[in-house]
Amino acid sequence: MKVLAAMSGGVDSSVAAARMVDAGHDVTGVHLALAKSSPVPGSRGCCTLDDARDARRVADRLDIAFYVWDLSDEFRREVMDDFVAEYRAGHTPNPCMRCNERIKFLALLERAVALGFDAVATGHYAQVIAGPGGPELHRGADPDKDQSYVLGMLEQWQLEHTLLPLGGDSKGQVRAEAQERGLLTASKPDSHDICFIPDGDTAGFLRRTLGDEPGDIVDVETGAVLAHHAGAYGYTIGQRRGLDLTVPAVDGRPRYVVDVDVQARTVFVGPPSLLDVDRIIGARPTWTGSALDAAVQACQAQVRAHGAALGALASVTDAGLVIDLDEPVRGLASGQGVVLYDGTRVIGSATVESTRRVVRT
Amino acid sequence: MTERSYLDHAATTRMLPQAQRRWLEVSQLVGNPSSLHDSGRRTRRVVEEARESIAADLHTRPSAVVFTSGGTEADNLAVKGLFWLGEEQGRTRVVASAVEHHAVLDPVRWLSEHEGAQVHWAGVDRLGRVLLDDVRQALDHDDVALCTVMWANNEVGTVQPVQQLADLCRERGVPFHTDAVQVLGQLPINLQDLGAAAVTISSHKIGGPFGAGALIVDPDLRLTPVLHGGGHEREVRSGTLDAAGIAAFAVAVHEAVVHQEGFAREVSALRNHLIERVLLEVPAAQLNGEPRLDGLDRLPANAHFTFSGCEGDALLLLLDAAGIDCSTGSACTAGIPEASHVLLAMGADAEASRGSLRFSLGRETTKADIDHLLDVLPAAVERAGRAGSVRSRS
Repeated sequence: MKVLAAMSGGVDSSVAAARMVDAGHDVTGVHLALAKSSPVPGSRGCCTLDDARDARRVADRLDIAFYVWDLSDEFRREVMDDFVAEYRAGHTPNPCMRCNERIKFLALLERAVALGFDAVATGHYAQVIAGPGGPELHRGADPDKDQSYVLGMLEQWQLEHTLLPLGGDSKGQVRAEAQERGLLTASKPDSHDICFIPDGDTAGFLRRTLGDEPGDIVDVETGAVLAHHAGAYGYTIGQRRGLDLTVPAVDGRPRYVVDVDVQARTVFVGPPSLLDVDRIIGARPTWTGSALDAAVQACQAQVRAHGAALGALASVTDAGLVIDLDEPVRGLASGQGVVLYDGTRVIGSATVESTRRVVRT
Repeated sequence: MTERSYLDHAATTRMLPQAQRRWLEVSQLVGNPSSLHDSGRRTRRVVEEARESIAADLHTRPSAVVFTSGGTEADNLAVKGLFWLGEEQGRTRVVASAVEHHAVLDPVRWLSEHEGAQVHWAGVDRLGRVLLDDVRQALDHDDVALCTVMWANNEVGTVQPVQQLADLCRERGVPFHTDAVQVLGQLPINLQDLGAAAVTISSHKIGGPFGAGALIVDPDLRLTPVLHGGGHEREVRSGTLDAAGIAAFAVAVHEAVVHQEGFAREVSALRNHLIERVLLEVPAAQLNGEPRLDGLDRLPANAHFTFSGCEGDALLLLLDAAGIDCSTGSACTAGIPEASHVLLAMGADAEASRGSLRFSLGRETTKADIDHLLDVLPAAVERAGRAGSVRSRS
């Protein structure tokens, strides 16, 4: 097969590319330039010049053709601008999911296919397994590293052109293999942060981008103004840290962000019990294979990259993808991704549009 | 591995065996050319002989030859050095063509951003030829520190009216610099006739080693240095002289000049054949730059096309996989392709500026290379056209 290996310059995609070469494929390496230039010196994002160089050196080692593709305009438009707009609207987006959806498995994949490649290989820890109805997306074998959640939006046609050579292994195995192969990326640290916010300070990034919009932090139960904030967009439902509340709660228990009204510039805080959600309405659902319909199906729902799989009943109605959870989940914000599983198999995904709080009597 | 056809000689070309031999010989010498002892003098002698050889080949004085690390350094020295010299006399205006190589373009921009230079970017016509009237008007200002226009464009191969430009500048007392990197070995060069203040040449483009170049600059001009240090080259350029590189460079210059006429005749015949076939067999192809292929208006080894509906870098990838080395001819930062400023200045739209390729021929190019190219180009263009449409849609 003619395989395009997406090479971030990290250890995972390096080993993935190496395995593709070993498997006898005709492999070409591509590093995606997602930022015009490295914004912060020493940053550990996925798009710095160091990373491009590392990717190039691994490609040299594997003796494969290598290119840098400039998708920075697409990245800015589809991921960064969307990220800011979502926060602006009071949502909590997942930019890595968005990047996979719009950049790696759309812009890159379409281009690769158009250029005559049979598949794109990446270093994600998830598995594409041939099923009776076509390729299926499954969880990675290593539960600690499983990345099927951030690939949950892949559809059939994308899976047909996707190779995930690391899905059956653990991170430890992959690192050891990189060491054995003598790849210079073997001991590179994992990247955890959002690549365009390398210092991890999302609130600071949003403040710099959106400017100050001061408002109140209000106790949702008493209506009392407890503190002030510089911008409601910097707060996420379920957030506890960084509230800087000086007035203790009546019951002395910690308070959480339970609602954000960006229009009114108001952040509401309250007890954690108010965060419990038992129904999720998902917008823009995608399906790895056949779509769910009005018939209620038992499945598991995951709402965070490393969150638990929650027992659920799901169906598609006029309202969207309706997911009723067996047990409530705490602190779910609109804009987050929800991925549905049937065991290890990904059924599909959606963006959380609204939730229903558990009504307590 | 597929048999490769190297059609990117304007980027660099193979080192000549004679140059290679000379490099090896001189690399055995122990002395630093700036040392005062016998060993130093022996190495210095090699450098001075190279200087004389280059001066003779280009019809200039040995004292005009300032060795540098290559074309980029020579361009920087010319642009910044002449600007700072002019600035001492209150001249802060720079006249430059909009299609300069980045080695000139970026120093000029830098001067504008950091040193208060006022820049007049002279426009070009559809073929990439600088508009003389535009330059003339800009030169009417009495505060022009320098005018810089390349001898021939590295992307589209259009030869500039450098003689007229040099004359215009001389009449007005404005130092004229021209980057002749692409011209050496391709067109006749007589620097005495030209009468420019400064001319850039480079070694590796003509079969010499990487890392050597020169600025041929009027010795009476006290250029402000860019590199300060031991003042090795007339106090204008510092840094230990690379004697082996310089000696091999001189050999390459000599070969380039001696064989220029025959080379140009042969390579342009092959180039014309390439252009003819591409235009005939690839309907999406459109030739950029000077269409008159029979004279001195276009570099004899240059062919540059826009393939409508294609992205240059997609096409490059497909041709690369099919064994063809060529170039998008556009600026590259860390391998990231950008729209060509040259094509944009020529009035092309942004899409066309990203959808172009340069094929540049050299001494070793054969008809078989062109057959090879035409075997694979039509399918590559067709495929890249589909990829191009994907990109613009997403």
